Amino acid sequence: MEILNEIKFKMPSLSVNEAAARAVVSSFLIQTDPTVEELSDIRTAVSEAVTNAVVHGYRHGKGDIELTVRLLPNREVYIRIKDKGCGIADIEQAMEPLFTTAPEEERSGLGFSVMQSFMDKLKVKSSAGNGTIVTMRKRLSEHGV
Amino acid sequence: MKIDIKNENGTAVATLSGELDHHNAKELRAELDRFIVTAQPRELTIDFGGITFMDSSGIGLIMGRSKLMKECGGRLEVLNPQPYIRRVMKLAGIERIVKIR
Repeated sequence: MEILNEIKFKMPSLSVNEAAARAVVSSFLIQTDPTVEELSDIRTAVSEAVTNAVVHGYRHGKGDIELTVRLLPNREVYIRIKDKGCGIADIEQAMEPLFTTAPEEERSGLGFSVMQSFMDKLKVKSSAGNGTIVTMRKRLSEHGV
Repeated sequence: MKIDIKNENGTAVATLSGELDHHNAKELRAELDRFIVTAQPRELTIDFGGITFMDSSGIGLIMGRSKLMKECGGRLEVLNPQPYIRRVMKLAGIERIVKIR
């Protein structure tokens, strides 16, 4: 993978850091001059993935969340959100729209659906007890370049 | 995150501003529920005009308040979401449950 630029950000799984993660991604991507819509899509997808790590990954306690943002050739943005939490036993089920294990928190079960529809590619690597790695890619338009 | 609720003769408008994510939704949910249960409005409109960011946490918030309003014999409406926030709402199919204006 040819990486043109990269940023890594590590944060404890506090819900207040959901906004911090969005802010980091926005600041880093300014250099690509994305459209308002592209930036909104990416911010939303990142927010969903980080929230999943806070709410589900570390449901039994706190831990670190690692956010990596890379700029790849052809205006492709690569994002990885990694936690060392409890992991997902059944990824297929977790990715089903409206499936949630936290209804008491009013989680709508749409996190992965949002990531999937707002980004071009989504990959989830996880197993019970081994944390979760979410990677997403989105190619930005060539507007104004 | 800011919330301002005005209630006139059972018709209430809750105007939100700021970013609506999982972190902010908890407090907002508590405040709206407190108002719904005590004031029992017939109609509650949540004005999203001042919301600059919303992820699926907002969907949970709308669905939960819609359910509570129904249980209290009232109705919930959503007003003024920005085009991008409307996309998140559309993805969730929320317009089938709540009127969006």
